[in-house]
Amino acid sequence: MNEPVDVLIIGSGASGAAVAWSLAETKMRILCLEQGDWVKPTDYPSNGRDWEARLFADFAINPNRRARPTDYPINDSNSPIKVVNFNGVGGGTVMYTAHFPRLHPSDFRTRTLDGVGEDWPVDYATLEPFFAENDRMMGVSGLAGDPAYPLHHPPMPPLPLGKSGARFGAAMNRLGWHWWPSDSTIATTDYEGRGRCINLGHCTPGCAQGAKASTDITYWPHAIRAGVELRTRCRVREITTNEHGMASGAIYYDAEGREQFQAAEMVIVACNGVGTPRLLLNSASARSPDGLANSSGLVGKNLMFHPYAHVYGYVDQPLDGNHGPPLCLWSQEFYETDTARDFARGYTFQFGRGYGSIMEAINSTAAGRLPWGADHHDVYRRLLNHRIGLSAICEDLPEEHNRVTLDPDLKDSHGIPAPKIDYTLSANSLKMMDHGIANAKRILETAGATDIGVESPILNGGWHLLGTARMGNDPQRSVVNGWGRSHDVKNLFIVDGSIWVTSGGVNPTSTIQALAMYVADQIKQRLSAATLFD
Amino acid sequence: MPDQTLTSGEAADLRCLAALMIPASARHGVPGADEATIFADILASLERDFADVRKALAQLATLSGGRFADLAPDRCAPVAADFKAAGGAPLAALNRVVLLCYYRDDRVMRSLNQEPRPPFPKGHDLEQGDWSLLDRIRERKPFWRAAP
Ligand SMILES: Cc1cc2nc3c(=O)[nH]c(=O)nc-3n(C[C@H](O)[C@H](O)[C@H](O)COP(=O)(O)OP(=O)(O)OC[C@H]3O[C@@H](n4cnc5c(N)ncnc54)[C@H](O)[C@@H]3O)c2cc1C
Repeated sequence: MNEPVDVLIIGSGASGAAVAWSLAETKMRILCLEQGDWVKPTDYPSNGRDWEARLFADFAINPNRRARPTDYPINDSNSPIKVVNFNGVGGGTVMYTAHFPRLHPSDFRTRTLDGVGEDWPVDYATLEPFFAENDRMMGVSGLAGDPAYPLHHPPMPPLPLGKSGARFGAAMNRLGWHWWPSDSTIATTDYEGRGRCINLGHCTPGCAQGAKASTDITYWPHAIRAGVELRTRCRVREITTNEHGMASGAIYYDAEGREQFQAAEMVIVACNGVGTPRLLLNSASARSPDGLANSSGLVGKNLMFHPYAHVYGYVDQPLDGNHGPPLCLWSQEFYETDTARDFARGYTFQFGRGYGSIMEAINSTAAGRLPWGADHHDVYRRLLNHRIGLSAICEDLPEEHNRVTLDPDLKDSHGIPAPKIDYTLSANSLKMMDHGIANAKRILETAGATDIGVESPILNGGWHLLGTARMGNDPQRSVVNGWGRSHDVKNLFIVDGSIWVTSGGVNPTSTIQALAMYVADQIKQRLSAATLFD
Repeated sequence: MPDQTLTSGEAADLRCLAALMIPASARHGVPGADEATIFADILASLERDFADVRKALAQLATLSGGRFADLAPDRCAPVAADFKAAGGAPLAALNRVVLLCYYRDDRVMRSLNQEPRPPFPKGHDLEQGDWSLLDRIRERKPFWRAAP
């Protein structure tokens, strides 16, 4: 029999870690259940000669390919964009590329400003102190003074431009378009026990140096020292409720596969935009036959990914290859709605460096650029380290038919129904992607690139999982209220990317974590006022 | 775990195809993908791609009307070209395994002026670049859109 806890957090990723740390000061008994394992620095691929190969094996970004025992399968056959994630302590931050822009003030008001999507029940100004706190905890490098953003001060200097960044910067200047060094959670100086980046160049599948801020090395050590318990290899099957319709705890499978019950006074879900609707739908009961917290019918609906349009080319001089963090610059030139265009809202450009030797060979073969036979070696030598590329991160507007449901047949290793994704690209997204591709080609040509290639949308590009349990003031149009509490179940909170109302056009983790910290702060204030469950 | 070993016939076909995909080059001082060490690595690295590679080799055998490795030398290139043109996920998997073993071989890496070592712990140098490029943008007025 497990001891009851005050707070049960499910999921230890970007948001679960931030909320655990923030609530630790309350001295409540806090437990986090995480289905995956801790990853040790020595486990990361960049320790070995097979560093690139492991991107196709135990460090593949697609869970269906990776297929660790700690992963769950996802039926993504009805989506042109496949879900990618990581299931372990740190969640997606173990595998993210650490590009760390915030949403913009306008992103919270798309209905008012542009007549599309919905307005959020929170705004940029409300989140600003939590953005700052999160930047400090995660350790953000960047440069103050970006004219595309309200002023903020990243605690570390920006990542080097390198040859690729300088080439892009010069091209953008020639075009007269905005660019700026990215906010990134890659440490450029030694920071709070983390070593500075030494350009391993293989950031996505985990950083052996610890320069990349995944929450297993940022929030979790602090939270655990402050008394939070983190139990790994515990996969939650369902959240239970009592006769008052309040959450009473969760049923999970432990590391030995035994079914366990964990009682809790309140439950906080942080399983991401796919894992959270899956869990809520799997928590259906006689009291809530359509899934827990789902009186609105919106659990699982409005899935937003950010379609990525990736464009790349080759220049005649060797650049950085993969020798540095892949992402170092952004442009917000096309971010805001422009009524002269044929689509609403806009996109960020994120600028990248090149690939390692294997990735270059595989991608160029798949693109039909690298031949078999006698020419192979000459062509390859023209490609390796000559690649330069950028992606348009397109705002994905909420549409109910884009959704996560439970697959009727597919199950994980514990027999729990797996999620199924149904997603189509909207006409607005397609036009925006075309616009992004055309501008990216202009940028590449101005940067001296030829032999230009396009991948749009990036197939394995479902890294931003948003909108499937959206927040709002109207219980009929949202799953949680303006501070993350379920409208239906008054001691159930959601803090991950699923509570997003619209997607903006930036990588989301900075804002996911700021929101999680805001929800934690609201919980603390209402605990003090004894109004938390009113 | 099901048996993850190719039959000797399948392995012979794969080796023959690997030699066509990436032949040895005296000019670049590199072995071909069929060279003993590299090919042994390929056979040992099929893992998640095993089923697809086997499927691809079956397609190749069908196109060859028997074992690809037994074809007359002048038939190999056209059959391989047809096989490549047909495309598909199994072929992509086969390509991937060959490339990921080839482009981690020490001799191949050295010929590309790459150090044959893992990225950690030595890392790499990355130049700062010319930060004065940013001066023009620093002068730009804030242009983020205020929201009510
Ligand atoms: C390859 C890749 C690159 C990315 N690059 C960027 C980037 O550059 N910038 C950026 O902002 N974002 C990036 N992301 C996205 C980023 O990782 C996510 O936005 C972020 O991690 C989401 O946080 P979250 O708290 O919503 O969920 P997650 O971090 O995904 O955490 C969810 C956790 O819940 C656990 N869980 C789920 N279900 C259960 C269950 N039933 N029981 C127990 N535990 C469960 C999971 O194992 C996981 O650990 C990237 C992601 C990937 C995969």
